[in-house]
Amino acid sequence: MAWVNAIIQGVLTGGLYALFACGLSLMFGVMKVVNLAHGDLAVVGGYVALGVIAVTHVPVLLSFLIVVPAMALLGYLLQRTVIQAALNRSVLTTLLVTFGLSVVIENALLQWKHADSHSLGTGNAIITGSFQISSQIQIGYLPLLIFAVAVVVLLGLQYFLSLSKYGRLIRAVADDREAAQLSGVDYRHVFGIAAAIAFGTVALAGIAYGMYSQFAPTTGTDTILLFAFAAVVIGGLGSLWGTLLGGVVLGVAQQIGAQINNSDQLLAGYVVFLAVLVLRPQGLTTRRAQS
Amino acid sequence: MSSVSETTVRSEKKDLRVTRSRRNVAWTGVGALVIVAVFAYFPYICGSGTLALMVQGFIVLTLASMWNLLAGYAGLVSVGQQAFVGLGAYFVLLLNIHYVSMFTALPIAAIGCGVAAVPLWWLVSRLRSGYFAIATWVLATTVMLIIEKFPSLGGGTGMSLPHTPNLSSTALLEADTYWIGLAVTVVALGTVYVLLRGRLGLTLTAIRDDEVAARSSGVRVGISRMLVFVIAGIGCGAAGALLAVSQPFVQPGPVFSVQWTAVMAFAVVIGGIGTIEGPLLGTAVYMVLQQELQSYNVWYLIVLGLVAMIVVLVARRGLWGLADDYLHVRLFPVGYWLWPGPGGSRGVAPPR
Repeated sequence: MAWVNAIIQGVLTGGLYALFACGLSLMFGVMKVVNLAHGDLAVVGGYVALGVIAVTHVPVLLSFLIVVPAMALLGYLLQRTVIQAALNRSVLTTLLVTFGLSVVIENALLQWKHADSHSLGTGNAIITGSFQISSQIQIGYLPLLIFAVAVVVLLGLQYFLSLSKYGRLIRAVADDREAAQLSGVDYRHVFGIAAAIAFGTVALAGIAYGMYSQFAPTTGTDTILLFAFAAVVIGGLGSLWGTLLGGVVLGVAQQIGAQINNSDQLLAGYVVFLAVLVLRPQGLTTRRAQS
Repeated sequence: MSSVSETTVRSEKKDLRVTRSRRNVAWTGVGALVIVAVFAYFPYICGSGTLALMVQGFIVLTLASMWNLLAGYAGLVSVGQQAFVGLGAYFVLLLNIHYVSMFTALPIAAIGCGVAAVPLWWLVSRLRSGYFAIATWVLATTVMLIIEKFPSLGGGTGMSLPHTPNLSSTALLEADTYWIGLAVTVVALGTVYVLLRGRLGLTLTAIRDDEVAARSSGVRVGISRMLVFVIAGIGCGAAGALLAVSQPFVQPGPVFSVQWTAVMAFAVVIGGIGTIEGPLLGTAVYMVLQQELQSYNVWYLIVLGLVAMIVVLVARRGLWGLADDYLHVRLFPVGYWLWPGPGGSRGVAPPR
């Protein structure tokens, strides 16, 4: 029964990891940008939520109404300035610039907020509450809510990209930006919008993590970025469905690892990641290897 | 047709002179020897604080020249080189626990890192550019998590090297550490220089300019990249071993910190990526910044990161690139310079 519980908790945590991975996957899919500052930006989202709640006293579950648009705006601006400038040069430049951004953000947060951990919404009945299924299985409202949000966000994004008019535009620009440009599309603006969407999901991930656990300036790289990346690789590059599956596999692997030995939680997740890299480098969902 | 073009080439050959550099750089070699000799004399004139700082500089310079080889020449942007820094440090600890002197352990640790680099390369070589970068990072974290599982190596809290040499004075120990550090740096820089002047340098240049064309011309892309990854593993391992010797204490968090990669990448980028001289200049800039800003906690990393971002976006070839544009100086030439006529006064820069 303890194992069933581990798997259920793993699946639910997987939703959170898929939410981490969503923005990373989207930015790579559209702009071919691997944003090494991804995790740190999620932590920034967490700190912004902390500030917003302190100032406006909005309920923590509604803080996203302010934080997501704010981060989306930041995403648009960053994409139109620094990231676009790097993209115009080379892949190496985008990597170096986002890595620089990551180090600068993390250390600026350390300098400003110190290494203290923060969490969002402690004492809120929905966040801390849970319901009992059997004597050993207890499901928290919050993990369930985060899982639901992750499914809605990833499904919504998949739907948006494949069926809506603007989604078609984004896919067109992702496929061939010169051709899209010739058809009268300003690809820079489309990139900006895609970055805004990605940063919006990053903000959601940051808030969700802040409620689920505690965050500190270093959480961005040693937890969020690496988990997001593992989820993306396990699921298969460039597939949002795969990202959800990858997140779930990572979550289950971690919970089973924790069940075996409490200190093996992280290691178990990475071992599964490496196993996928060795046995199925194209990921679990995609058929052929992508270059 | 072919005979005509051959003659053209032959007749052109008479008019062309190919040199390694626009100016005679024989003095660079002499200068380098003099500088190394002066550096080797430092322990006789400097205090222990200066020596410790110099050792830190040696570590950064070794790391930077390795990262330059990876990213600047082989196009492998690794964010996980701290894996080798940590492994190098832990190999020294492991050997030292088994009564191997820490100075003897250093080269063994470096070789051990080279051996470890082969399976690690096999794991990450399946991924390209950005995903390669994060995969190396995950790998470094995984290696750290595995090492933390050994209580005999100090677990998560780390441990001191148990058998430090029983020398007559601490000054002698510091001097020995310094000389070992100098030797590591000289060997690292020398290896990179010799490799890049040889066949590997040509191969890497071909890959950097056009990977598909290089591959179809028979350049063995995979093997060349693996060779670079292994060499960088040895170099970063030596730097990590030097770190362990200089502390003499090893703790998983600090030795496997991604800050090592941040430092080496920023030093290379600021100095000038893809040049031998760049890491030298970048390390100097790093050491100055770190010393000037060390009283303000992590500010030096923030400033360093911002400067690196600006350099990457505005002056892509770094400080050395700027110097090269105006002065046309290569202290360590690894490319070729084409002269149009016998004794021609203006050289034609080879395409970059």
